[in-house]
Parts: sequence; structure tokens; C-alpha cells
Amino acid sequence: MKRISIPPPVAALLLAVILFLLSGLLPNGFGSNLDVARAQALNILRLAAFLGVIAAGQTLVIISGSEGIDLSAGSVVTLTAILTYILVNGADERVLLALLVTLLAGALIGFINGVGITFLKISPFVMTLGMAGVVSGAIIVITHGNVVGKVAPIMTRLIARPLSPNLQIPNAILIWILFGILMWLLLERTTFGRNLFAIGVNRVTARLSGVDVTRMNLATYALAGALAGFGGFLLVGNTGVVHLQLGQPFLFPSIAAVAVGGTLLSGGKGSYWGTMAGVIVLTLITSLLTTMQMPESVRRIVLGATLLILISIYGRQRSLRQ
Amino acid sequence: MKLSGWDALAARQPALFALVMLGLSLVINLILQPNMFARETLNSNMRVFLPIILLAVGQAIVILGGGIDISVGAIASIVNTVLATRIGLEGSPEAIWGFVFLSLGIGLLAGAINGFFIAYLRLQPIITTYATSFLYAGLALFILPNPGGGIPASMAALYRNSTPFNLPLAFFVILIILLIWLYLSSTRYGKFLYAVGGKAEAAYETAVPVTRVQFSTYVISGLMAAFSGIALTMLSGSGNADIGGPMTLNSITAVVIGGNALSGGVGGVTGPVMGAITLGIIQNIISFADIDTWWETFVKAAIIVMALAAPGIVNLFRRRRT
Repeated sequence: MKRISIPPPVAALLLAVILFLLSGLLPNGFGSNLDVARAQALNILRLAAFLGVIAAGQTLVIISGSEGIDLSAGSVVTLTAILTYILVNGADERVLLALLVTLLAGALIGFINGVGITFLKISPFVMTLGMAGVVSGAIIVITHGNVVGKVAPIMTRLIARPLSPNLQIPNAILIWILFGILMWLLLERTTFGRNLFAIGVNRVTARLSGVDVTRMNLATYALAGALAGFGGFLLVGNTGVVHLQLGQPFLFPSIAAVAVGGTLLSGGKGSYWGTMAGVIVLTLITSLLTTMQMPESVRRIVLGATLLILISIYGRQRSLRQ
Repeated sequence: MKLSGWDALAARQPALFALVMLGLSLVINLILQPNMFARETLNSNMRVFLPIILLAVGQAIVILGGGIDISVGAIASIVNTVLATRIGLEGSPEAIWGFVFLSLGIGLLAGAINGFFIAYLRLQPIITTYATSFLYAGLALFILPNPGGGIPASMAALYRNSTPFNLPLAFFVILIILLIWLYLSSTRYGKFLYAVGGKAEAAYETAVPVTRVQFSTYVISGLMAAFSGIALTMLSGSGNADIGGPMTLNSITAVVIGGNALSGGVGGVTGPVMGAITLGIIQNIISFADIDTWWETFVKAAIIVMALAAPGIVNLFRRRRT
């Protein structure tokens, strides 16, 4: 019998649709009201956009293989959100400067991760977890526990609102779609993307076929940091306020989203489309739990179990007998 | 291959580096705190160090077997919340013993779940225990949503103030652990452990029960995490679902300082125990060094990262020289 195989991104998208329809059946769900359903769908997508950008960096480091992962993403998001908030301080003309600083700060942190992983041979998980602590410490040093600043009106207009009143799609969603196309181009149409998959499959063969593995690794972690930084910038533009735990709740879902999207956690295989579908699934799960008024503890248990089930399906290693 | 000088020494005595670090930190601490070997001071230090020592021992066994356990902190949290909510402030000795044994059972079960997924389903250790750490942390938060609860004062006093033969209780616990390890490493199981951590495929071909050995390391680690949770509870006298989480990275750092290779198969338990004590002493030194409060988190995190990087830096220089 031939097994019917659905590509993971498609499976994730189907799962998202099913979850969304299920959420409509809840006592306080949208029921048969199509307008409410559409508004809710747009809201989910808007929330998903931020996780989507943060999970993009995660996708890159996971594809790069050798147990690649970025646990500093959550703290970087918080840091860059706070930096944006302080630097912009309500002035439209400083938004570009803030964006630049944000990307650089993220890239610098990612680069340090890369140096530790590539040259000092620290395992990515441990290195980035340690870096998360350092960044959290740096946030305390910078803010002294309270943040004074303000987002600029132009950020709210460009991120949180729709492009025009007739078009009811918030700009965050459009930004995310554009971002998705860029990520697809990066992964599928550039040398960087090709080399990334090559080092993910096998570093030795990649090096032998002329890929500069060291440089690729450094670039990947730096890029992942910059993308997390961009996520922080977008996030603060949407919420308009910051707090010291802003980014942390995005970390675990960003990794789970990559897994849901069918990217192999051992590296070498995956796509950003998959991650986008995974992000929608995870945002739906989280918002379902919120609608059902489940406490934080249940949210964690469900997320942990989700990831465990997913890796049981996708993440089996070769059996010892082979 | 013949090793010479430093390399031979480092290969035969992986804990040597840990011993040097321990001696160095002890001297610095002694300068800052001249009475640190007085009975009271020694006891108050050692009782704070013990929970992390216990975690590091379990972590060391898992890492020796070629894995890693990210969930140890979360397991300790579950035990802490169970003890702090179930025994009660006026609990009878029977209740205390009952729940202490229940805690050990919880640790064994949590470890067995990790081991089942990793050894039998062949999932990647890092991502699996990361998922279960979220699950376990969620459970702890479910048991005790807000910090609180408590244990009988006599139970806390037993841990805090016992100094048999004028020595801290922790000394005897460490002694017992080291004796057990000394015995264990001479048995067939000890040899299997190193074989599995060194190269699982080769071990499998020479009829080592790889799956069972891998499984057992997570069970041991879960049990040690439960002991750590019990010690933590007796130390703090209350419950907090987030108490264990930050300790996971410290346990890994202790193992790395202790001279064990993160890739498995190299090292022992004595080194990690010294590594954990060194970490504790470094924290001590930081609190004595009169650092600005806002900088404390940053400095502690930076020292953790530097400790993780230390073996890599040493290797880097040795490679340059040869």
C-alpha cells in the first residue's frame, strides 16, 4: 500500500483552518456570523505577523543544522523593543535611526552567538541560552527597571492600522506577506540560501564543495539576531508600550512554529512557508486558550505537549540498527 | 597516538581544570570573606550550593551518556510546588516522609518520560527535554500559580542547621554521592555509560544495551532533580513554580567547568561537583564585590557565558601552539 503523504506546510495550514473553525464553535466564538469571523481571522493574522518575523531567524538557524537554535531571540525582541521605544521617544524623524540601531543590535548579539558557537565550540542551545541571560542583564542595566519613551505616530500608522480605511487589512499583515516573499527569495534564490541548506545537510561535504562554513555560520546567527531585532521593532510599533518581559512569550512558540512547519530540527530541510503556517497554528492555539480563559500554566503545558508530539512525528533519528 | 605534557594530564585528569578554578575562586572568596571556613558561614554557603550540586550530578550523568537534560530545573520546580502545597505548615512526620517519597517518584517518572522519548523513540535530547521542560514548568505553575505555601519549620531547620561532627550537612551528602559514583564507575554500568557517550553506534555493535543505558541516565537525572527540589524547598521554606528554571543553565555550566565534554563520554562526577561549588563561590564573590545592583544580573550571566567559553578558549590556544 502506498502511503499518502501530505507536505508538512500543507498539513499545518489544514490544521490552522480546522483550529479556526473549532474556535468558532466555542460559546463566545464567532458562530455563524461571517463578519465577526473575518474580523477574528484578520486579528489572528495580525498577531501572527510578529511571531512570524521572530520565527524567521529561528528558521534560518535551525536549517543551518548542527543543533542550531536561537534561545536569545526572546530577550533580543525585548531589548530592541525597548531601544526603539527610548530612541524614538515620539518623534517620527527618529524612526529610521531606531530601526537601524535595532537591526545592528540584533545582528551584533547574533554575531557573538555565532562566534561562541563556531570558534569556541559551545553548543548553540547552551550559548544562546547564556546569551539570553546576558541580554536580560543588559536590559536591566539600560532601563534601571523603568522605561521612559514613546512610539512615534508614524509607526502606529504603518504597522497597526490598515493602509486605507477601505482596505481593512492591518499593515502588519501586508508587511508579513512582503517579508515572507523576501524570505522565500533568500532561501530559494540566493547563494546564501543554497549554502545554508548545504551546511544543514552535512557540514563536511559542504566545506569540501567550497562553502565557507565558518562564515556561513556567523552570517546565519547574525542575520537571525537582526531578524529578532526587527521583530521587536514591529512589536513595539503595534503595542505602543513595552515591558521587561515583552519578548519572552514569543521564544518557545517561535521554535514550535518552525517544527510545525515541517522544518527538520536536525537541519538541512525546511521552508519559511512552513514556518508561516506553523506560526498561524501556534497563534491560533494561544488565542484559543486565551478565549477559553485558561491560565498561563495550561498554556505552557499545551505548548510543551504540542512540540513533544510534533517532534515525535517528524524528529525521529536514525535507528541504531541502521 | 601518544599524548604529551599538558594534553596527557588533561586527558587523564579531566577534573584538573575544575580543581584549579575551585582553588582560585576559594582564595578570592577567602580574601573577601576571611571567616568563610567558620562553621556557621561554611554551613550557610554549602546549604545554598547543595541544590545546584545535586542538579549538576544528574546533568553530568546524562551528558556523560551523550545526552543533555534541559528539564532538570522544571522537575525541581514541580517537586518544590508539591512539597510546599501538600505537606502544610503543621504536617506530621509521616506526611513529610510520604511526600518526600512521592517527590522522588515524581522525579523518577519525569526522568522516565524524558528517557522514553529520547532512548526508545530516538528523539533529539535537547529539543525533547526543552519541550518537556515547558510541560513540567507548566505543571508546577498549575500546582502553585502564585509563590507561597510552606513546610513545617522543623523540616526546614533540619536542612538549614544540621552540622554533624561540626561539618555542614551538604558535605555528607556530597561524600555519599561521590562514594556511589566511585562504585558505579567501576561497575559494568559505568563502562557502558562511557561507551554510549563516546560513540553510541560503536557501543551498539559491541552489544552494549545502548537504549537501556540512555534511558537510565534520564531517570537518574530526574531523581537527582527531585533531590534538588527537596533541598531547595527545605532551604527556602516555601514554594515558587519558577524556582528551578534558571538553575538548568547553571547545572550545565557546572558540568562544563567540571571538565566533561558536552559531546559525551569524557569526564566524571567529581569535576561537575567542584564546578557547581565554584559557580556558587563566584556568585558569593559577586555579592561581596559591591557591584551596582543594576549590573548584578548582567555580570552573573556574563560570567556563566565566560565559564561556558573557557574550555573552548583553552582549546583554541592549544591548537594555535601546536
